[in-house]
Order: sequence, then C-alpha cells, then structure tokens
Amino acid sequence: MTATALQSSSAAHSSPMDRSRALGRLKFGDNSFRLLTLGAAVLVLVLLLGVVVSLFIGAWPAFREFGVGFLFSDAWSPPKEQFGAATAIYGTLVTSVIAMLIAVPVGLGIAVFLTELCWLPLRRPIGIAIELLAGIPSIIYGVWGVYYFRPVMQSYIQPFLISTLGNVPVIGFLFQGPPFGYGVLTAGLVLALMILPFITAVSRDVFDTVPPVLKEAAYGIGSTTFEVVGNIVIPYTRVGVIGGVMLALGRALGETMAVTFVIGNATKIQSSILAQGTTISAMIANQFADADPGLFTSSLLALGFILFVITFLVLAAARWMLSRMQLKA
Amino acid sequence: MIAASYSRRKTRNGVWTVLAYAATALGLVLLAIILVTLLWNGLGGLSLDVFTKNTAPPGVVGGLLNSIVGSVIMTGVGLALGAPIGILAGTYLAEYGANSKLASAVRFINDILLSAPSIIVGLFVYELLVVPVGHFSALAGAVALAVLGAPIMVRTTEDMLNLVPNTLREAASALGMPRSLVIRHVAYRAVMSGLITGVLLAIARMTGETAPLIFTALGNSLFTADPRGPMSALPLIIYEFARSPYAEQQKLAWTGALILTFAVLALSILARVFSASVKQK
Repeated sequence: MTATALQSSSAAHSSPMDRSRALGRLKFGDNSFRLLTLGAAVLVLVLLLGVVVSLFIGAWPAFREFGVGFLFSDAWSPPKEQFGAATAIYGTLVTSVIAMLIAVPVGLGIAVFLTELCWLPLRRPIGIAIELLAGIPSIIYGVWGVYYFRPVMQSYIQPFLISTLGNVPVIGFLFQGPPFGYGVLTAGLVLALMILPFITAVSRDVFDTVPPVLKEAAYGIGSTTFEVVGNIVIPYTRVGVIGGVMLALGRALGETMAVTFVIGNATKIQSSILAQGTTISAMIANQFADADPGLFTSSLLALGFILFVITFLVLAAARWMLSRMQLKA
Repeated sequence: MIAASYSRRKTRNGVWTVLAYAATALGLVLLAIILVTLLWNGLGGLSLDVFTKNTAPPGVVGGLLNSIVGSVIMTGVGLALGAPIGILAGTYLAEYGANSKLASAVRFINDILLSAPSIIVGLFVYELLVVPVGHFSALAGAVALAVLGAPIMVRTTEDMLNLVPNTLREAASALGMPRSLVIRHVAYRAVMSGLITGVLLAIARMTGETAPLIFTALGNSLFTADPRGPMSALPLIIYEFARSPYAEQQKLAWTGALILTFAVLALSILARVFSASVKQK
C-alpha cells in the first residue's frame, strides 16, 4: 500500500519532467523530418538550376567566341576551331517534325481505337502492352533501326521515294540523292516508332476523362462513332491532347540513342531528307568523349545548353496545358 | 436528301473506322516486329558464357559479366542516392507543401526533369564530377542515373500519398501522434506497395539509360567493382558492340539488348502489380 503510494507519488512527481522531455523529443523529430523533406524538395529545384548553370558556364567560352552567330553558323570544323549550331539544330528539328507527322496521327488513331472501337476484353491487354512498350530503352530502337530498318530503307523505301516523289516539282528536292539507308528520314521514322506508344498512352488517358454522359448523349441522338470522336471527344480533350503531343515532342527533340545509330552523323546541312545529317544529341554522344578541351568541348556544351532551352520551353508548355486539362477533369 | 446525307455519314464513319484499325494494326505489328527480331537475334547468343565471362576483344570468346555487374552496381548506387531524395521530396509535396508556391514550383520543375533529355543530365554530371576529378568514374555514372531516377520517385510518391484517405491521418493525429509519425507509421505503411512501384519504375528507367553514361562511366573492358574508376554497363556495351564490325561482338550486342529489354519489362510489370494492389485497397 505504502509502496504503491510512494511509487504513484514519485511517478506523479516526475511525470511533468518526462512528459516535457518526451514532447520535446517528439517535436524535435517532427521538425527534423519536416526539414528533411523540405530539403529534398528544394534539392529538386537546385538540380535543375545546377544543370542550367553548369551547362552555361561550360558553354560560355563558345558563346563568347562566336556570339549570337553560333546559332546560325553551319560550320563544324574541329581542326580550324570553327563551330556553329545550325546543322545540329536543323537536324534536331527536321527529325522531330518527321517523327511527329507520323506518330501523332497513328498514335491518336490507336487511342481512338482503344477508347471507342476495341472489343472490351481486349482494351486492357492492348493498353498495357502499349504502356510497357513505352518503357523499352531507346538504345533497343537504335540497334533495331540500324540492323533491320536501315536495310529496308536502303533497298526499298528510299529508291521508291527517289523514283516517285523525287521527280515531283517543288518538293522533289527533299527526296533526291543516293539511297544510303542512313539519313534524316530514317532517324525520323525510328523516332516516330519510339514515341508512338508514348503518344498513344497519354492520349488514351486524356480521352478517358471525357464524361460518359456526354458521349452517350451524342450517341443517343444518332451520332456515328466518328462524329462523337470529332465533335465531343476531341473538342473536350483538345488542350490535353496538345499537351501530350508536346510532351512527346520534348522526348523526340532530346532523344539520343535511337537517332545516333541511323542518322549517319554528317555535320552538314543537306536539302534532301534522305541525306545523312546529325542532331544536337547525336553530335554530343558521338564527339564529346573525344573532344579536345577548350573551344571544341565548350561548343558541344553550348549545343547541350541550346537543346536544354528548347526542350524546357516545349515541356513547360506541355505541362501547362496538361495541368489546365486536369483542372477541367 | 436525308437518306443521301445519312449514307454519306455512314461512309465517312466507315472510312475513319478503317483508318483507326489500320493505325492500330500498323503500330502493334511494328512494335511486335521489334520484339520478335530481338528474341530471334538475342536468343541464339544466350549461353552460360554470357553470364560468366567478361567482354573480350574480337577473336576471343567473351561474355557480358563485367557489363551486367557494372549496370547493377551503378543502378544500385544511383538508387541509394536518388531514392531518399525522391521519396522525401514527394512526401513534402503531398504532406507539407500541398498548394504552397514552393510546392507548385517543385512540382513543375520535377515534371520538367522527368522528361528532360538524358544526355543533358550526362553533360551536367560530367561538368560536376568528371572535370573536377579529372577522370571518368562509375560514381559519376551513378549520380547521373540518380538525377534521372529521383523525379520518377518524387512523382509516384506524391501520387500515392494523395491516395491515403485523410480520415486515416486525422484518426492518428487525434491519438496525439505528431505529423512526422503519422506520415511514417500511417501514410507510408498504407501505400507501401505504391512507394515500391515508384522505386521499381525508377530502376527500370535507370537500367535502360545509355546517353548519360557515355561520358560519365565511359565503359571498361575489364571487370571492376571500384566506383572511383570507369565501369562498363549493359547499355554502354550494346552501344559499342552494335557498331562493331565483328560478328561475334554484334551477336553479343543483340544478346545484351535482349537481357536489357527483358529486365526492364520485368521491372515495369512488377511495378504494375504493386501499384494495382494499392488501387485495390
């Protein structure tokens, strides 16, 4: 009795002390965890800033030497130390445009098929297969492109294009020259194949946000499937689709491995899209490891900086559009 | 009049339907061709030597042991660096930041990093870790992979934590649990398989990346486990051997490509299984 009374009184006596100490410890732990997560979040910002700053510092000697002219000069001569970005920028833009011209209609077609036409039990398996394909490493597309697609281009597609479109006035110059197999068109087509699953996956997700009532109402008044797609689904999801397409464009612009195998890596601008060319990322991948320090390395870093600025703008626009889409959904 | 326009509408619908079917057939057939050629060329070279011998000069029977080990080491170190950052930053966005200005900025920048060209990340790490040290190293490669993997984990962690019902958090808080314990013992536990999904997706991405390793890890024809020196990796050796004029090296490149693709696909499927178990709850 006395023992328990003693114990309880001593417990009562010491409890405020323990309590405040325990609370203090909890508070400290709580604060440190919050600061830890805050630090990690800020680190993400710092990373992007670090990329920009380090590339700009590395690129500065080239920018100082060549000025704004760097953007417009098609010179690329390591022995003479003359460098310009125009060839690589041109190749990057042309391959991306070719890829988008093919992958966007096909990708949207597959998305429409998956959301409106496909037999229900097959929708999920096909959708999952396409999402998995979107994750295949790009080097696989590059290896496949150089061993399987390039010979097909050289023996069939390029000779066919040269003998048909090559003689058409106005656009004929795009399809002239010998069929190498390697070239800007080949790279654009491999790139198209690579971003196809990506465009399909994003646009299918976006199409799925259309409220079924809207579609049912349209079907109910007698619309055909493609009137529903053209008048309900696409207008409703326009912003999201454009966002998804720009996300894919961001990928295509910066893609390295799928392109560098098949583009031929020729550092000059040619009018024919069958001719060999290069892109910013292919040029960096090919030349950076062997580049002499100084202007050569700095020019490659300047190319990297330009690529980063271009993709940043495209991706930022894409994210802005997709977030507007989310607000609506 | 009405009949004519009705038949025209029907024809137009028919044409577009055929085009959508054609697009699907074209896309799926081409992607299937890639997988079939990969199996066709890769399976032939698959033997025990691939996993027990190092890469060798032409004329000598070699394997891919040093590259596979290199890939595992660099992905492992990259994950050890990237996962804590990714998961903690994702936690901040979901639990503390919510709609604050800082959180919105981090979310936006993270989305940019998520799809930024990987070769740019390689250049950044080259400037950061290769130039000052003076030589290429596996550690630099691992850091580059961490920079590519972290944004995936940030995104998945945030998405998954947002699935935790607020009533669960409120119940824990009502018992007097401080915020950090609520997060660690209630929220994390509720979506543990979701967090694993993010980690697996990040591993899949890191394993398949080539471009950021070219001028960070560089590649190495010898077996090494020392992260301070150059190291081989599966994508790097595919890049090198696929452009080699020697048939046996080309064959090894295909075998490597097969192994890499199936590793990445297996990781993505596993990630999918884990994320499905979260959504079922």
